[in-house]
Amino acid sequence: MWIYEKKLQYPVKVSTCNPTLAKYLIEQYGGADGELAAALRYLNQRYTIPDKVVGLLTDIGTEEFAHLEMIATMIYKLTKDATPQQLRDAGLGDHYANHDGALFYHNAAGVPFTATYIQAKGDPIADLYEDIAAEEKARATYQWLIDMSDDPDLNDGLRFLREREIIHSQRFREAVEILKEERDKKKIF
Amino acid sequence: MDEREKSYFTRMKSYSPYHSPFDPCRPIGKKFYSTPPNLYIGFQPPGMEQFDPHTALRKGTLWPAFWDYYENPYEAKG
Repeated sequence: MWIYEKKLQYPVKVSTCNPTLAKYLIEQYGGADGELAAALRYLNQRYTIPDKVVGLLTDIGTEEFAHLEMIATMIYKLTKDATPQQLRDAGLGDHYANHDGALFYHNAAGVPFTATYIQAKGDPIADLYEDIAAEEKARATYQWLIDMSDDPDLNDGLRFLREREIIHSQRFREAVEILKEERDKKKIF
Repeated sequence: MDEREKSYFTRMKSYSPYHSPFDPCRPIGKKFYSTPPNLYIGFQPPGMEQFDPHTALRKGTLWPAFWDYYENPYEAKG
């Protein structure tokens, strides 16, 4: 069960009406390394991972939904009140033709989200290594987005999200260490 | 991380890719890649320094050792 807190994890502020940035940001919404893929991946893998790290996957998977909500807010704000002409000029003509201003789970190139973006191998090490890779890929995506964005307020939010990817990667790495450890055995090196 | 490791610990690395006289784009010079602190620390040791709660909420981490500010490294090239 979840309890919803009606506020964002980090305040989202956007300085300019910039639908082009929204087009890029949608990569983190419905892309292969996006927040939706992350949330679904962790919240699904957690059923078949050793007890010691189930809680970690639940916590991080839940936080990914909070990030998804931030990305959605950014995209919404960047395109709100934009005219069809502005959307067309920003390369969002294809999106407008299908969705008007609605958000949709696809990547920056318009490829719809698919469950094949995520994996669940059932092997704890394989799954955790996938999770670490996913966090690093999301971190890189945030870097490329910051590189292309000239909106300081938006970048502030993107930097927060990038930092969270670093922390998540750290915790998954620690989970691997926990699972590697010999149980009930004195550590002698 | 011991003191010796800290001394050569940088959060951004770079290399210079080969540029052929027949490559049409102006050489980018250095290519950069990020190597954030989570790659170096291993299992987090107890008793690490903390940000105050308000600062931590803004930065996205409670731990200064894990904080990694990112800036577009190519901006100055114009």
